[in-house]
Amino acid sequence: MTTNRFARRALAFVAAVAFISSVATVPARAQQASANMGPAFQSGTPGTFAIRNARVVTAAGPDIENGTVVVSNGRISAVGASVTVPNGATVIDARGLTVFPGMIDLGTSMGLVEIPQGATPTVDVSELGDLNPNVRAIDAVNPHSAHIAVTRVNGITTVLSAPTGGLISGQASLIHLLGATHREMTIQPSAALVINLPRAAGGGGFAALLAQQQGQQDATAQRERQTEAIRRMLRDAEAYGRALDAAAADPRLPRVEPDVVLAPLVPYVRGQRPVIFRADREGEIRAAVRFAEEMKLRPVIFGGAEAWRVASFLKDRNVPVIVDHVLNLPSREDDPYDINYESPSKLHAAGVRFAITSGDSGANSRDTPYHAGMAAAYGLPKAEALRSVTLYPAQIMGVGDQMGSIEVGKVANLVVADGDILEARTNIRDLFVNGRRVPLISRHTEQYEMFRNRK
Amino acid sequence: MRRLPAIILSLATLLPALAGAESAAQQRRGGRQRGGQQQQPAGQPAAGEPAEPQRGGASSGETLIRNATILTASHGTLTNSDILIRGGKIAQVGQNLRAGSNARVIDATGKYVTPGIIDAHSHAASDAINEGTLSVTSMVRIEDVMNPTDINVYRALAGGVTVLNILHGSANTIGGQNAVVKTKYGRPIRQWFFGAPPGIKFALGENVTRKTPFALPGQPLPPQRYPRTRMGQEEVLRDAFTRARSYKRGWDDFNARRANQPPRRDLQLEPLVEVLDGRRLVHAHGYRADELLMLLNLADEFGFKVKTLQHVLEGYKIAPEIARHGAGGSLFADNWAYKIEAYDSIPYAAAIMTRAGVNTSINSDSSERVRRLNIDAAKMMKYGGLSEQEALRLITLNPAWQLGIDQRTGSIDVGKDADIAIWNGHPFSVYSRAEMTFIDGEVFFDRERDLAMRQERQRERAELERAEPNQAPGPAGQQGPGQQQRRRPPGDDGDDQKDNDDHDHPHGHSDDKGGRRQ
Repeated sequence: MTTNRFARRALAFVAAVAFISSVATVPARAQQASANMGPAFQSGTPGTFAIRNARVVTAAGPDIENGTVVVSNGRISAVGASVTVPNGATVIDARGLTVFPGMIDLGTSMGLVEIPQGATPTVDVSELGDLNPNVRAIDAVNPHSAHIAVTRVNGITTVLSAPTGGLISGQASLIHLLGATHREMTIQPSAALVINLPRAAGGGGFAALLAQQQGQQDATAQRERQTEAIRRMLRDAEAYGRALDAAAADPRLPRVEPDVVLAPLVPYVRGQRPVIFRADREGEIRAAVRFAEEMKLRPVIFGGAEAWRVASFLKDRNVPVIVDHVLNLPSREDDPYDINYESPSKLHAAGVRFAITSGDSGANSRDTPYHAGMAAAYGLPKAEALRSVTLYPAQIMGVGDQMGSIEVGKVANLVVADGDILEARTNIRDLFVNGRRVPLISRHTEQYEMFRNRK
Repeated sequence: MRRLPAIILSLATLLPALAGAESAAQQRRGGRQRGGQQQQPAGQPAAGEPAEPQRGGASSGETLIRNATILTASHGTLTNSDILIRGGKIAQVGQNLRAGSNARVIDATGKYVTPGIIDAHSHAASDAINEGTLSVTSMVRIEDVMNPTDINVYRALAGGVTVLNILHGSANTIGGQNAVVKTKYGRPIRQWFFGAPPGIKFALGENVTRKTPFALPGQPLPPQRYPRTRMGQEEVLRDAFTRARSYKRGWDDFNARRANQPPRRDLQLEPLVEVLDGRRLVHAHGYRADELLMLLNLADEFGFKVKTLQHVLEGYKIAPEIARHGAGGSLFADNWAYKIEAYDSIPYAAAIMTRAGVNTSINSDSSERVRRLNIDAAKMMKYGGLSEQEALRLITLNPAWQLGIDQRTGSIDVGKDADIAIWNGHPFSVYSRAEMTFIDGEVFFDRERDLAMRQERQRERAELERAEPNQAPGPAGQQGPGQQQRRRPPGDDGDDQKDNDDHDHPHGHSDDKGGRRQ
């Protein structure tokens, strides 16, 4: 009797634990599920496609009023007003529609965060410790995150997914928003190194509160210590690279012990790949660029709220900016209300290279076109606004010859729409990611279909 | 196919008119009863008090907006048309209108005019959001903590916004009393009020249970507080309304001379009695379908109406039930996935609810997002295929109904308050800007004037930054306190930024985005 009751209680306990853990995994499991979401949803449909009778906004040269874009073997194989459609191609009549290059959002942590608040198991964006050059976003990107399809059906085909946190956060990965596996998604797994130089009395909000709490001297000393730690690691990587080269050139030298932390840094300290610095204030931007010059890195400024104040400094050094603040509130009470809306137009006028990003971890990356649109409402030419979310981000990431515009030979990332893709009212009608045609469904369209006719 | 919903919708536009008439009557009865006496609606001077002098005095003058494309929100789009504003009201709408010789004439050729935008969920201009220490704080009022110099209100004006519903936060089941105001930035706060019916914030779900603990740096976590579950929330509501009903009965008995003594005054229960009497509008924060239904069922049982479900992210799953209760729904356009409760939020929700006959609005809950509600409304044409006018109503006439002010504002109709925005292009285009915003016929935002003032402001700023720190008036040679407190150097923004968004802002965890959770 007693045993029986005990057993029942134990069973109830086990059931409760099982229930709790099943609840806890809901976000991970509930991401997407439906018969519609079969192989084409996961990986698209490969093939040869001809999009005909379309207006083509190439983002490279002039628009083509009535043209054809041919997709074969994943690439754009032909584009123009008079193009022969290859035999066996799936023909898509796009009369009245416009073809755009797929948009690229460089400010995300796509696939690393599903639900930021209250569901920490779904957040993989920030590793412990300050110096993590060897962690890569792609190793933790969830290809089945619901954010991915939600983002791509709004015309964003490609994103940079970046880790955050610490001083050297890790490496960001450039990915297509399509694929059932990392391999299918990956464009460049080690696309950029992300460094957070310690910021001076940083940025308001919590950072400012924290700074007030620390003694000012302590804070300065800590900033210096942290910068020195980054510097030392980059120098070690540089030395490590030289040692590897020397050992390869001279077999008499002792073998270099492999170092998994320093090895991934070598291409960055040699200036072969971009290093992204989070910097907004004028002083932070100058400090980041000078630090990069000292360490011979290839800097990209991420944020750049005050980049327009140091425009000639950035232009002279050809340092690009990933602008994430178009829709941020002005940071000072007496700033003009549109200071952030018009920041890209000032950068453009000054000849600074820039891209516009949503700056969102993933769920709202689909808003990227509206950030660019707001910049255009406040002075940025419309064609530049489009390039700031297509060609320019591709160029900043060093893949401008591979994607970002509609040109022969480029990866076929194409959006067919019934209007301007920067407009919120425009409907996307067809979508190609990495040369594959993708159905226009997402977790949101599925929920819509499920409930739209409930009486 | 489309005919039937269109008819239903046109009927739906009549309903607000009836509801609005009722709320006007409520106003006459006088909503607020502090100190046992009826008060004037806020914004109007009480007897014996001098009226605030009108700055500029423009509200009595005439303004003629000529040759615009007018999106009326009530009766379609008028091209090449004029609006005559007189005495703060829309006096005439039509073609070839004439104004007096002293009228200000604005040539709006090529421009667009909409009703001023109404945000049914805001926390701007408020120095406090959450009195979260108790589960029932119906006695506290946002009105008492308003800050008329919040720059975010000016920024909202620059996005064509003329009315805000400033709500208590979502920390407790029954929160405080809201403030429905016009965005009269720079005026004394009393002038912002315009006699909107009073309301109150309720909250359901996760925020109330405090299961996601949150504290400012250096501050302790808030203590635990009943309720911790949605079960407890139902019980808190039931207990409060049971007490309110008894309290009301006590007054009824006294007034009918069935009792010799009135009940002891209870400032907590008085607003809830007003809810029971239909004199105070309930704006209830909730996400999940089940918690929303719990409230509607409880309201039905106690015989009161929920005026709006706020956020109502899963409202699309129970749209027919919401329509049957008669509640409105005030949603984000497309925010989702910032917490588990928001994982089922879809951008098609407004369309589904509109089609089901629910009065639906798009709100911001954010001092950032309020600046571009026109684009949020535009998205709703894509997600579910709302018409242009249906989409415009989501940020004008529908929130006006939800706040009980649709007789006053929310559309371009003769007799309504001249709350108007002029845009340099179609308001639903991302390439368009608000150029002028009128409230009661007065200009509260004018982009040209703003641009013209900038140089002067920059000069002034530079001068101040060069200036010696102010000497305190004291004995000669003694340092004033200003000497120690040097101005911040340029490039150091400190924490000027003030953003009172509450829990629900998706960027709430990121200080760079300007959201601070309350």
